[in-house]
Amino acid sequence: MGKKTLAVQIISEKLSREVSPGEIVVLPVDRAFCQDGTGPLAIDGILSLSMGLKNPSNCYFFIDHAVPPPRKELANAHKKIKNFAREYKAKVIQEGICHQMMIEKFAAPFDIIVGADSHTPTSGALGCFAAGFGSTDAASAMATGSVWIKVPRSIGFKLSGKLKRGVSAKDVILKIIGDIGSSGAIYKVMEFFGGGLKNIPMESRFTISNMTIEAGAKTGIFPADEFVKEWLSAQGRSDDFRPLEAFEDAYEEKHEIILDDVVPCVACPHEVSNVERIEKVAGEPIDVVVIGTCTNGRISDFEAAFEILKNAKKLAAYLIIVPASQTVVEKMVEKGIFSRLNSLGAKILPPGCGPCCGVHEGILADGERALSTANRNFRGRMGNPQSFVWLSSPQTAAATAITGKITDPREML
Amino acid sequence: MIEGKVHRFGDNVSTDLICPGRFYHLRGNLQELAKHTLEDADASFAKKVEKGDIIVAGRNFGCGSSREHAARIIKMSGISCVIASSFARIFFRNCINIGLPAVEVPTKNFADADIAEVNLKDGFVENKTKNFRLSFPKFPEKIVKILETGGLVEYIKENKSL
Ligand code: SF4
Repeated sequence: MGKKTLAVQIISEKLSREVSPGEIVVLPVDRAFCQDGTGPLAIDGILSLSMGLKNPSNCYFFIDHAVPPPRKELANAHKKIKNFAREYKAKVIQEGICHQMMIEKFAAPFDIIVGADSHTPTSGALGCFAAGFGSTDAASAMATGSVWIKVPRSIGFKLSGKLKRGVSAKDVILKIIGDIGSSGAIYKVMEFFGGGLKNIPMESRFTISNMTIEAGAKTGIFPADEFVKEWLSAQGRSDDFRPLEAFEDAYEEKHEIILDDVVPCVACPHEVSNVERIEKVAGEPIDVVVIGTCTNGRISDFEAAFEILKNAKKLAAYLIIVPASQTVVEKMVEKGIFSRLNSLGAKILPPGCGPCCGVHEGILADGERALSTANRNFRGRMGNPQSFVWLSSPQTAAATAITGKITDPREML
Repeated sequence: MIEGKVHRFGDNVSTDLICPGRFYHLRGNLQELAKHTLEDADASFAKKVEKGDIIVAGRNFGCGSSREHAARIIKMSGISCVIASSFARIFFRNCINIGLPAVEVPTKNFADADIAEVNLKDGFVENKTKNFRLSFPKFPEKIVKILETGGLVEYIKENKSL
């Protein structure tokens, strides 16, 4: 047990002393953010504290959940955020979903990131400690520059081998959540390491870290390796790279995942942990398919879906596409994916959360059944408690959009 | 000391069930939003809840979204304490941060309308209807202080730092 978990390494480094799990520590925060749903309440907290912002340039307000605003109350919420940020010199960012913007522009190895959004762990794939908090914690982090946490224990996930064709990182994380359950990692960190990592590209790692919260985890962390280095340099941020290494003997609790054995999986209504292998649910009729969101709205996700969709003459389901950022849209245009999907009849939404959280742009009708590449299928999640949501990979979603029933993508490759 | 009538909920009650996304536009109007507290878990909850009542739930209460509005509208509806077999961690923090006690004990022997008493100082929950007592580990000092001052904002105001 000489070696430390990734979380303990990051926190110890930040405090310049060795910490141990269970200890309560007050940590300096490198980046704190809110989105348009959690921002207004955080602003109330900041104003009530009357301390201003400790480091305004490290405070980010994303406008992404309800964009463009579908009604005046939300337009007013956006206005409140913009006015506040202007006055306090914080950043307002409207070019994509908060987590996608964090990984494209800001998050770096060894960062401590406090995000007022539960999928903040997405950035953990870059080797940082990024956890979700509520508005008051975000307000406190922005005003004081610090956050209190209990140093977490970690569960190690050792990945080996290589995914087969038609299987994706989404299937890996769905399988893990199905295996350990929705509170299987509660209060803990999920850390990923092993020889299989060299077969899990950066964008796929974000899908995995994004969903660690669905097993109750505080966050998910990957080592900062060559893939992280390449990602940062592709974003023009090579200087942000610092290596972070995982040690197998740091984990009391450990799971082994053989990537070759993973098959396409689907999470069935109304729990993310209600995971079945695709053959158990294939044939279920589906009305609406959503591809995108912060879980699977990156260019490699659309490329994987497009590999299946490009051969389709028409679609049997109503297909909604929701890219994670404007940069992703640009890449879709460049690669010809945008126009082909458009001519197929897909509804391509502006980058943002779209229908994922049931605010607008794709609310389901009573009894309607959707298959989405998002991360949650709780009852009412997509705006109607009388509807049903299944979750899958972009490949499974693409195959399903063509047939109108849950379809194994391996049959179409 | 907290004493109140129990409203019983099951496992995995998500923040989508507590504070549905379709009421997103009401987040700037908590009074209105509170009329929909827990609506998708129990449509009649907001009507029947009385000041001082206690929520008792199963595993993973408050899972899902970080929306603090979920904890706030539970508090605004009059609930004095939330008891669960386990909490999702963001929801747990949100409760403490807004000064709503949240305690973890095994809840399988609690039923709707039982009378429960919660003693935060000595760390126990008593079911007065069924006559049994369950203890829970004392909160770390910091959490006790945050709860005592009425939440994180008040705590920081008083201490000038975290
Ligand atoms: S896309 Fe969905 S899960 Fe991701 S941040 Fe937006 S609402 Fe949350």
